[in-house]
Amino acid sequence: MSLTAKWRNGMLYVGVVAVVAYCLAPFYWMLVSSLRRTSDIFDTSLLPSPVSFENYQAVFDPSQGFTRALLNSLIVAGVTTALALLLATFTAYAMARLEFRFKRLILTLIIATSMFPVVSIVVPLLKLFTDVGWINTYQAMIVPSMSFTLPLAVWNLTTFFRQMPDELEHAAMIDGCTRGQAFRRVIIPLAAPGIFTTAIITFIAAWNEFLIALSMTNKSAMQTAPVAISKFSGATQFETPFGSQMAAGVLVTVPLVVLVLVFQRRIVAGLTAGAAK
Amino acid sequence: MADTTITPDTTAPDRGNAYGQSSAPLSPRRRTRARATAGSGRMAALLVSPTLLVLTIVVFYPTLMALRESLYGPKGLDPKTGFIRTTEPFVGLRNYADVFGAAGDRFWNAFGNTTFFTVVTVALETVIGVAMALIMHRAFRGRALVRAGILVPWAVPTAISALLWRWIFNSDGVANAILGHQILWTTEGFHAKVAVIVAEVWKTAPFIGLLVLAGLQVIPKEVYEAARIDGASALRQFWHITLPLVKPALLVAVLFRCLDALRMFDLPYILIGAQKNSVETLSMLAQNEASNVRFGPASAYAVLLFLYVLLMALAFVRLLGTDLVSDRDGRKASRSRHRRNPAARRAKEGRAA
Repeated sequence: MSLTAKWRNGMLYVGVVAVVAYCLAPFYWMLVSSLRRTSDIFDTSLLPSPVSFENYQAVFDPSQGFTRALLNSLIVAGVTTALALLLATFTAYAMARLEFRFKRLILTLIIATSMFPVVSIVVPLLKLFTDVGWINTYQAMIVPSMSFTLPLAVWNLTTFFRQMPDELEHAAMIDGCTRGQAFRRVIIPLAAPGIFTTAIITFIAAWNEFLIALSMTNKSAMQTAPVAISKFSGATQFETPFGSQMAAGVLVTVPLVVLVLVFQRRIVAGLTAGAAK
Repeated sequence: MADTTITPDTTAPDRGNAYGQSSAPLSPRRRTRARATAGSGRMAALLVSPTLLVLTIVVFYPTLMALRESLYGPKGLDPKTGFIRTTEPFVGLRNYADVFGAAGDRFWNAFGNTTFFTVVTVALETVIGVAMALIMHRAFRGRALVRAGILVPWAVPTAISALLWRWIFNSDGVANAILGHQILWTTEGFHAKVAVIVAEVWKTAPFIGLLVLAGLQVIPKEVYEAARIDGASALRQFWHITLPLVKPALLVAVLFRCLDALRMFDLPYILIGAQKNSVETLSMLAQNEASNVRFGPASAYAVLLFLYVLLMALAFVRLLGTDLVSDRDGRKASRSRHRRNPAARRAKEGRAA
């Protein structure tokens, strides 16, 4: 290896470390802070000493209602994802495989809806839901969440279905399947990885939602985890309980990070297929 | 709604092929499209209508409601229940006109903040994201690790990242410890804007990096080899080969980020707080008005934000032209075909370069 090649390699290594550090350092700080004792929360050492799970205990203190918030998040994000996937699978199949009038217009419209500012639909829906008594209900959070999860799922699934060769269905249809049977028996099983990837991406988007959950609830028992954490209160009014906020943040984020680490290849494929053609 | 105005001309050539006179010879590339039959049309309608129905209920109807609502109010509170009265005075365009009046200061401040955040964060994200993509593209060992790493900021909920940065930017926090200064980041002022920008860029630059990396990976190596043989420097290669070839992916990423930044809410709301002049965005203003049951002005602000986003999207589509909308199907079709035929892919991409 020549000297310049070595130098280049070294620079590249430095670059890679810089990128990883940039992405992970703040997350690491959240993790470290969550493991400090309340008394040394303001320490700036890189490792917590001693390691303490005090903050995690504080998070699960019944007064914070964090367990309920997690459950709410799970219900809202889970139902949103399931509904979005169900509807999107049919639509995406039509978009990828069938030829019909206004197809491109419809696809463009569906994609365009995901770019709408959420607040533009939250304001009128807030008024509507107030009138029909839906405030503090799951449906008041699930229904508006469909506005961005459904287009996301349609777009992602359309890309996945398109990547599958037409010949598969043709073969199935020649063997006597109807189009519907070909879809159920051939396409769905083969597209399962794509559907799964879309589910993860949709779930993460729904799980991260804040504005809708904030606006549609005013009872702490119905808040989703992000809203609940942002409203954690300390012992006194003027104290922000950073320790328990960080601990709760870790708890809310770690499942997503694990999903991302395990399925990173797929998620990258899904994200880039959906966004950068 | 955004694209109804642009689609007709972009779809026209396509529809011509699929539905045009059946006597017209179909090009071999479009052959599969000729499958269109009345049966598939009915089936498509059946499959697509649930999605359209849901989107009508959750997007189009509320948007119309917001338009109507913005012509009503500001209305009084019912002193007995604390809820708004059912009768709201029709005020026509007054909510919009107020924006230009004395009470418009808060709106224009929010408008300015929104624009400022969008321009600055997207510019920084693009530069950092492209740099990240270039590094990741070169790195062969540990690429999976790097890729997983850059997905972490994307996976952290914005609300949580706002709390995280609030902690970092605390007066006794690690940011001040590193800088050796006592800056009250999360109080009003320019430093609050800086805090929001830093946090936003951290979360989203990796995402741009990811999309640009995807764009980089489809550039064939031969192009660079040829450039090297011709003696082009690394900088020239970047400027004349990498950037033009990755431009479509980059522009799509930038468009998405712009539209997303324009509706920024969670980050400044949690990091700095509601009703803070220096960071209040249009989304925060509209949400705040709505939560104070001033639905009329809230709707007017939401509609104005909506129009702003729409304008931005249209400007981008104009700028991108065929790249973003009309070529989507064509390119994808040719790509998936080429995936099965590497020789053809190389030939075509070589030509394109």
